[in-house]
Amino acid sequence: MSVTVDTPRVSYLTEENTIGSWLLTTDHKRIALLYFASITGFFFLGGIAAALMRINLLTPTGAIVSHEMYNRLFTMHGVVMVWFFLVPAIPVTLGNFIVPLMLGARDLAFPKLNLVSWYLFMTGGLFATYSLFAGGLDTGWTFYTPLSTDYTKGHVVAVAIGIFISGFSSIATGVNFIVSIHRLRAPGMGWYRMPLMLWSLYATSVIYVLATPVLAMTLILLGFETVFHVGIFDQRLGGDPLLFQHLFWFYSHPAVYIMILPGFGVMSEVLTTFSQKGIFGYKFIAWSSVAIAVISFFVWGHHMFVAGTSVYSAITFSLLSFMVSVPSAIKVFNWLGTLHKGYIKFDAPMLYALGFLGLFTIGGLTGLFVAALGADVHLTQTYFVVAHFHYIMVGGMVSAFFAGLHYWWPKITGRLYPEMWARAAAFLIFFGFNLTFFPQFILGYLGMPRRYAAYPPEFQVLNVLSSAGSTILAVAYLMPVFYLGYSLRHGARSPSNPWHATGLEWKTQSPPRTENFPIIPIVTEPPYNYPRPEDRTRAA
Amino acid sequence: MTLTLTSASVHSAEVDALLAGLLLMSLAVLALVFGLIWTYAIRYRAGNTEDRGAIGQKSWRIEIGWTVATLVVFFALFVWGADLYVRLYTAPGNALKIYVVGKQWMWKVEHEGGQREINALHVPVGRPVQLIMTSEDVIHDFSIPAFRIKHDVLPGRYEQLWFNAQTPGSYHLFCTQFCGTDHAAMIGEVVAMQQADYARWLTQNGGSDTLVAAGRDLFTRYGCSGCHQAGPTGGGGTVRAPSLNGLYGSPVPLADGTTVFADDKYIRDSILLPADQIVASYAPVMPSFSGQIGEDDLIKLIAFIKSLAAEGPS
Repeated sequence: MSVTVDTPRVSYLTEENTIGSWLLTTDHKRIALLYFASITGFFFLGGIAAALMRINLLTPTGAIVSHEMYNRLFTMHGVVMVWFFLVPAIPVTLGNFIVPLMLGARDLAFPKLNLVSWYLFMTGGLFATYSLFAGGLDTGWTFYTPLSTDYTKGHVVAVAIGIFISGFSSIATGVNFIVSIHRLRAPGMGWYRMPLMLWSLYATSVIYVLATPVLAMTLILLGFETVFHVGIFDQRLGGDPLLFQHLFWFYSHPAVYIMILPGFGVMSEVLTTFSQKGIFGYKFIAWSSVAIAVISFFVWGHHMFVAGTSVYSAITFSLLSFMVSVPSAIKVFNWLGTLHKGYIKFDAPMLYALGFLGLFTIGGLTGLFVAALGADVHLTQTYFVVAHFHYIMVGGMVSAFFAGLHYWWPKITGRLYPEMWARAAAFLIFFGFNLTFFPQFILGYLGMPRRYAAYPPEFQVLNVLSSAGSTILAVAYLMPVFYLGYSLRHGARSPSNPWHATGLEWKTQSPPRTENFPIIPIVTEPPYNYPRPEDRTRAA
Repeated sequence: MTLTLTSASVHSAEVDALLAGLLLMSLAVLALVFGLIWTYAIRYRAGNTEDRGAIGQKSWRIEIGWTVATLVVFFALFVWGADLYVRLYTAPGNALKIYVVGKQWMWKVEHEGGQREINALHVPVGRPVQLIMTSEDVIHDFSIPAFRIKHDVLPGRYEQLWFNAQTPGSYHLFCTQFCGTDHAAMIGEVVAMQQADYARWLTQNGGSDTLVAAGRDLFTRYGCSGCHQAGPTGGGGTVRAPSLNGLYGSPVPLADGTTVFADDKYIRDSILLPADQIVASYAPVMPSFSGQIGEDDLIKLIAFIKSLAAEGPS
């Protein structure tokens, strides 16, 4: 693309450049970049733990580490990836950057609260990480009692405090987004004129605000029981260990949708832009996000089909779990409808988005296997479940994150990334991901339990395949660090709207000035209002 | 590389059928999704000048269509899975009972005849077997992939799991609920044997005492017989403590006006935390045995008290 661009002299990146101007900024765009740096760090920390696990599983007896160390590795992987990467990832980085721009606003509703939320996140994150390294923790990210309260030597309470603190960051971000979307929409932007990214972030924020307090309460109860021996979960003190699981999953299942809903939003933006066509079924996609946010609070029991709850509870939660997958299916069909009769271009964001579509569909369908009670009894607690949620969380959510990152990269940095490298990475991630996780579906069916540091020898071939795939995946995940880093200095300057997209964020300069828009825009048309080329030809 | 799993119980083939149904449905959906992505990617690529025609304006018929289709398919799968689940966990009354205690990091098994084994479970084929399971410490999970079943094993509770093995052979037994450092070593084997072989195995490994007999000894040793009546003559009458004859399986009126059903869990709780459920018209004088009687002995005591069900209340 040889577009000559008037390089913006002044942007939010250049206006002031002291350390204080970054660490005390209330500009949503700079805070987004602070978050980018943080979650990238956490992502690679969690990734290193995963890599060591995959190396260990090369041999049936465990290739490099002891059982104890393996247990610590998967606990660290889970804790770091869930709470310090997946839950915040898209909302606090891409969301923080793009929400005010999409709304046509100058900042979020509470800029200072936004900065506070980053400090809370870092405090919680560093505290938890320090505890993981200093004390070690081997309970898994799920902290099931009584293992976590009575039988572990690890620093459960310290890690829980870290998660507790960072929970307030989630709540602050959620409140900020909800208020911003209600109050800061540009003149003329009714609810149905909002980009679908905003609908999905709104739904995400509702879960942030409603579910996170339950996690906080659960962690407080856990700490109380551990420190003061108050009987809550310990049956010897009159408690019930299943109560912990109920409370934990009451947060943690909606949290799964915290992770994936923002990805849905990115999909709607990227698919329309690179099909140069309006979204198919706008209202269905918008309201299916809301439906997911609501129903997701009523499916937690499906984590406990073999845990000792009643048959009636299992049947109810199975039905509700099938119901929660209907809105996701609706979204997939509508995205396919969006491609229909489009003018499809295959730039890197689109490749990531199509990768998401395939991997998320596989993840969703295998979710039905574990929602169906009779099948879940065999598959739960095995590698099938590991593969299933990695298809959603990593195949789906991380692909969506990369789709969004590449899509808005020119807006964020003012530079274009190297297209060929980005496409190569997209292909490599898709291939490496499938090689890593597809064999795990088979391992799960064959009965290999998850969280095993060692395994019977007949599972070795599939484990080696999986580890081989993870090597490719690791390389593929490192590639963007290099080519995106390279583009920061050497990338071509981006025009304000390199993708010919609709949406207010593309109507201001790249990168934007601190105040986003010189004049607050007025919205006069529906979202995704792409002109049809055939209309243009007919008119001419 | 093995890609198939032995199907060794009555229900394992049914679970496989459900999995096959789910797999077929998934493949159909994947073919549709990937097929449409490929077709549209080729036909509607930006460089292709093919006339797209007008885009349909009204889409709600299509929306309702695919939503209803999804709901119908999902509901069918739900019913299929739920029906199987209920049968997977409803043990027939005539099942052979075997007791399992999980602890970090081993499985202890006790048969009715007093035979004990560790990290192994011998069972006859062609006969329903019901496992009564509890844990000494954390939550474990008893899983036999060849039978397609598993269930968590909790401290302070008796959970049950049942199966009807069909094919003689040796199968994996895994703990599938993460239980601490050596979780991965909490494995064993389930040996399904012809009924004659199983009978021979029981004799060869005959325990010194049946569970009931061992329970009767413990009943005296722990001093229970000082207060409770047990058996036609044994025990301390009905003055200080309720008689245990005919107790198991019957309703028990409590001092707080409620009634409980005397099952394994009730008897266990009454031994360990007697003050929590006081039988109507008795004083709360029984001491707690919490921490004094291990899970193995509890199983024997309960087996003994259970055997008194036939005595009839006295």
